[in-house]
Amino acid sequence: MFESLTDKLSNALRNLRGVGKLSEENMAEALKEVRTALLSADVHFKVAREFVDRVQAQCAGQEVLKGVTPGQQIIKIIYDELVRLLGEGSTGLSAARPLKILMVGLHGSGKTTSSAKLGKLLKKRGYRPLLVGCDVYRPAAIDQLEILAKQEELAFYADRTSKDVPAIGAKALDVSRNESADAIIFDTAGRLQIDQELIEEVKRLRAKVQPDEILLVADGALGQEAVNVAKAFHDALELTGLVLTKLDGDARGGAALSIKTITNVPIKFVGTGEKTADFDTFYPDRLASRILGMGDVVSLVEKAQETIDQKEAEKMAEKLRKADFNLEDFLAQMQQIKKLGSMESILGMMPGMNGVKIDGDAEKALARTEAIIKSMTFQERRKPELLNGSRRQRIANGAGVKIVEVNQLLKQFQQMQKMMRMFKGGGMKKAMRQMEAMQKSGRFPS
Amino acid sequence: MFGLFKKFKDGLAKTVTAIASKTAAIFGQKPIDASSLDTLEEALYTADFGVETTEEILEEIKTAYRKDKTLRGQEAAAIGAAVLKRVLAGSEGVLDRGATPAGNPVVIAMIGVNGSGKTTTSAKLAWKLREDGKTVTLAACDTFRAAAVEQLKTWAQRLDLEIVASHTGADAAAVAFDAWQAAKSRGRDYVIVDTAGRLHTKSNLLEELAKIRRVLQKNDPSAPQHSWLVVDGSLGSNSIEQAKVFHEKFGLTGLVVTKLDGTSRGGALVGIYRQLKLPIYFLGLGEQAEDLQPFSIDNYVKAVFGLED
Repeated sequence: MFESLTDKLSNALRNLRGVGKLSEENMAEALKEVRTALLSADVHFKVAREFVDRVQAQCAGQEVLKGVTPGQQIIKIIYDELVRLLGEGSTGLSAARPLKILMVGLHGSGKTTSSAKLGKLLKKRGYRPLLVGCDVYRPAAIDQLEILAKQEELAFYADRTSKDVPAIGAKALDVSRNESADAIIFDTAGRLQIDQELIEEVKRLRAKVQPDEILLVADGALGQEAVNVAKAFHDALELTGLVLTKLDGDARGGAALSIKTITNVPIKFVGTGEKTADFDTFYPDRLASRILGMGDVVSLVEKAQETIDQKEAEKMAEKLRKADFNLEDFLAQMQQIKKLGSMESILGMMPGMNGVKIDGDAEKALARTEAIIKSMTFQERRKPELLNGSRRQRIANGAGVKIVEVNQLLKQFQQMQKMMRMFKGGGMKKAMRQMEAMQKSGRFPS
Repeated sequence: MFGLFKKFKDGLAKTVTAIASKTAAIFGQKPIDASSLDTLEEALYTADFGVETTEEILEEIKTAYRKDKTLRGQEAAAIGAAVLKRVLAGSEGVLDRGATPAGNPVVIAMIGVNGSGKTTTSAKLAWKLREDGKTVTLAACDTFRAAAVEQLKTWAQRLDLEIVASHTGADAAAVAFDAWQAAKSRGRDYVIVDTAGRLHTKSNLLEELAKIRRVLQKNDPSAPQHSWLVVDGSLGSNSIEQAKVFHEKFGLTGLVVTKLDGTSRGGALVGIYRQLKLPIYFLGLGEQAEDLQPFSIDNYVKAVFGLED
């Protein structure tokens, strides 16, 4: 895993302690670290240099704020500048109807998959999309698009007998009128930006169909090459936006900064997985954190908001208040937490925790608790007092644990109930002491 | 030999112009100076060699420059080439069929992230091996991506290659098993297994790869004899991360670097080799079947630094 910029900077800035003002001299080492971090995140050499120069100009002469270290202050300035740069421009699509979108890019950048994903998204927004297969070169590319279109129940047009791409485009527009489609997405073949013949072809296609949006689809892991690619495509076609793909990997995504700086077209979407639903609007703050290796706190928070059902949570709070909390509720709560993902993946989103391995014991203990509760009947879960010896043995067998573990769980659950009653009765201090003791036993999540 | 270098240079022609256009002034007869060193730094960084190798090359050139202020550009290029050759020493992979017990076919598994060029490379490699007089069976094991099976089938038809395929959604490991059996009964030299693209960060998909191997090993405990990572040459430092994880989780035996017919210099292969010491077998230098070329350190370094024979 990459060492985060934050860690590197704190080293470079150790000798800056007690400095009152940031200056060119005392920042030199730190800014060198920033440059190296940007370069190893695949930001283009020139782009990184210009960026560092700009940050330096902004930092120089600033008083170091009370309560933060010079390092934190520089990082804040860098982060803000990065967010500003990445976020320039609108992530929205043209309001034209019908909306014609041309998807272009290198081989294997993800054009076909992104076309289907975009179609799905537009359908959700109330459009009637038509996917048009214009990749007449890669074997079975048209089949791929057709299959995806079928999967998402989107209209599809292709002409497998023709190699005349502009003509296919024109025909597709006729088809879209007949089928009253109002979002037409042209999936073009992958091409090198230096392949004059193919660039001419896509220019002719553009002239023929007059697209409202021309989106460059680029692999988020692109290297220094990103600049040449983006520049050539932009010069030839006047791009209107970018789609950054494969961000579900661990690429730092520095290419996005390079492309943004060179073309100054907004990043509109990001692809985050192989399913057609894995397609998001672009958030500059998240990518900025990623490029700097700062973790993705915002995403974590949002993920938590999305997955934890608000109503469910309120119901739970009410139950807790009334001290009317049974094993079934406990199971529900555990499953809510699990929906967030594995503990490791959640930790990975936190700054400084990237790559931290947690021992599997905590997750295992939770899994065993879950198994025990699931081996109970609904009635037993609601009324644990029903659980006599033979029921307990049955549960232990069902869960594949020893009967002592079932007993232990029930005992702890009783304590928890007792504690809740105390909360209810206002015995706060006593309850806190009880809770500490329970957490030490490790079976209940803290 | 010259013909091969020419193809190589043609493929990497843009590389030559990219570095050479920036460095023509430096790598010529003129002595270098501070500003040409700066240009050199840019040219090296933009080749994606990675920070480590770039700094190593720069350091050696600067040291030579400090000793001899009349150092010429040509000499600087020679120093850079020497460093790069040193870093890449031992990186040439040579595919030698060798002998296998009971005449079993040799299995080459193509692995990589989505869109790196596995399917195209599989077809090209099969064609190349047949040109070399070997017999090959292709196994269409990307049963996940829509139409990936059709893509490989089309290639097989076009180049008249033998292929074992099922349908999308079929069990990839079962296809690999069947392909091996078919190849064995027909006495083929190689089985090339084209697997589905997967990001190295998805552990469940890596598990599926392990399953393909387990099933292949029911036929032959030493299969797959080769597990090659197919890397897109236009990617940056993340390709090192990809290689590391695939190597750790699956055990790679080599690399194929694709899409080097653009302007990218595929410098990431240097970073990968530096970290993992995995031999590089082939480079993809174009879209035609014959555009898969064996990796040669000499040719690569010459092309990158614009040196002539």
